[in-house]
Amino acid sequence: MIATLFKKEFTLELRRKSVVSGLALYLFSTAFICYLTFNLRQNLVNPLVWSALFWITILFTAVNSVAKSFIGEKKGRDIYYYSIANPASIILSKILYNFLLCTLLSATGYILFVLFLGNPIHDQGVFATLVLLTSLGFASSLTLLSSIAAKANNSTILMAVLSFPVVISILLMAIKVTKNCIDGLGWDASWDEMLTLLSINCLVAAVSYLLFPYIWRS
Amino acid sequence: MAKNWWKILSVLLLIYTLIAGFLMAVPRLVIVNETVRALYFHVPMWFGMVVMFLVSTIYAVKYLKTPTVKYDILSVEFANTGLVFGLLGIFTGMIWANYTWGSPWHGDPKQNAAAIALLVYLAYFVLRGSVDNQEQRSRLSAVYNIFAFAAMIPLIFIIPRMTSSMHPGNGGNPGFNTYDLDSRMRMVFYPAVVGWILLGIWIATLRIRMRKAEEQILEIEDYA
Repeated sequence: MIATLFKKEFTLELRRKSVVSGLALYLFSTAFICYLTFNLRQNLVNPLVWSALFWITILFTAVNSVAKSFIGEKKGRDIYYYSIANPASIILSKILYNFLLCTLLSATGYILFVLFLGNPIHDQGVFATLVLLTSLGFASSLTLLSSIAAKANNSTILMAVLSFPVVISILLMAIKVTKNCIDGLGWDASWDEMLTLLSINCLVAAVSYLLFPYIWRS
Repeated sequence: MAKNWWKILSVLLLIYTLIAGFLMAVPRLVIVNETVRALYFHVPMWFGMVVMFLVSTIYAVKYLKTPTVKYDILSVEFANTGLVFGLLGIFTGMIWANYTWGSPWHGDPKQNAAAIALLVYLAYFVLRGSVDNQEQRSRLSAVYNIFAFAAMIPLIFIIPRMTSSMHPGNGGNPGFNTYDLDSRMRMVFYPAVVGWILLGIWIATLRIRMRKAEEQILEIEDYA
């Protein structure tokens, strides 16, 4: 069931090419604006500024792209899904899909940042693991929040208001590990943060999985 | 009278806290000096806040199990009281920081985490404001309440302990245990915590009674 729903998400996404290209363009414009604003003084972008800009870009892109997983759906279609699938497989397939999407966006963002602003990261392996973990955290927390926001009025603003305080703990860990990666401290220095990040992910994913059926019902 | 003993206890404990907290001798410490008395007023605010939010989350879980208006009102009003405690905690902390750290907002990890925790619950009230249907509002906000509490745990309990901070009890700064070699402060601190928490519960129950009365008035007006 999960596999079918996952495939459906994928097919729908590929069918609406404007959404995918919109997200890509969003990412590109943000990276380009970062480049233009710091263009005049190349030495302004020290590694810490780089990491701040990178994570702000990724946060906004992730919020915007995951938000559409429920907000964008046509009214009435969810009633159809409700009749053919159980809520647990729906939320799991959406989280899985959004996880892939976030990873893809973060990777693209990284490439764009390297292109425009240089590459201060020394530990590529640690950083790649970090990107995977944060993507998982963003996907599992934002998917549930998107389903809450979709039921309320002015959902796009609400999505931002609800999600920023919740994902800050993930983001704080990410920024710390990024600093370690920039300093080239290797695995030993980032081990604690990685474990904390993993446990936050587990917590958030478990809570999402348990709570989603209640939102679904209304 | 038999039902209200805890209210009397709360008042007595708080009178004791005020008198003993301001008048009893405290350990002499460099920089901190007399501001050590903030322990009796600032720290219990956080204890109170966490207790109120915990109760609010428990009622949110109960609401999801059996959806009744009563649980929803209980959940909201405990969150409201918790928010007031959190704001007071931040303000008392800022007064203390002004005299010891030199400025009210120092960007300390604990201050930031506290501010974010309050943002989470402010978002909770924004969410409640933006759903029209009453049943849906209760259900969505209950879900967000549980989710927010789960997200708050790493924020206020784990992360501030992983970073270095100037807050007492962190990063080699003297905390409660080192302040208090002869347990003089514990004699006031523990009663203060209990007193403030009981006061918080009292405020919440008053607000709940008010909300219930409002609901009844609305019902009677609907009939007429």
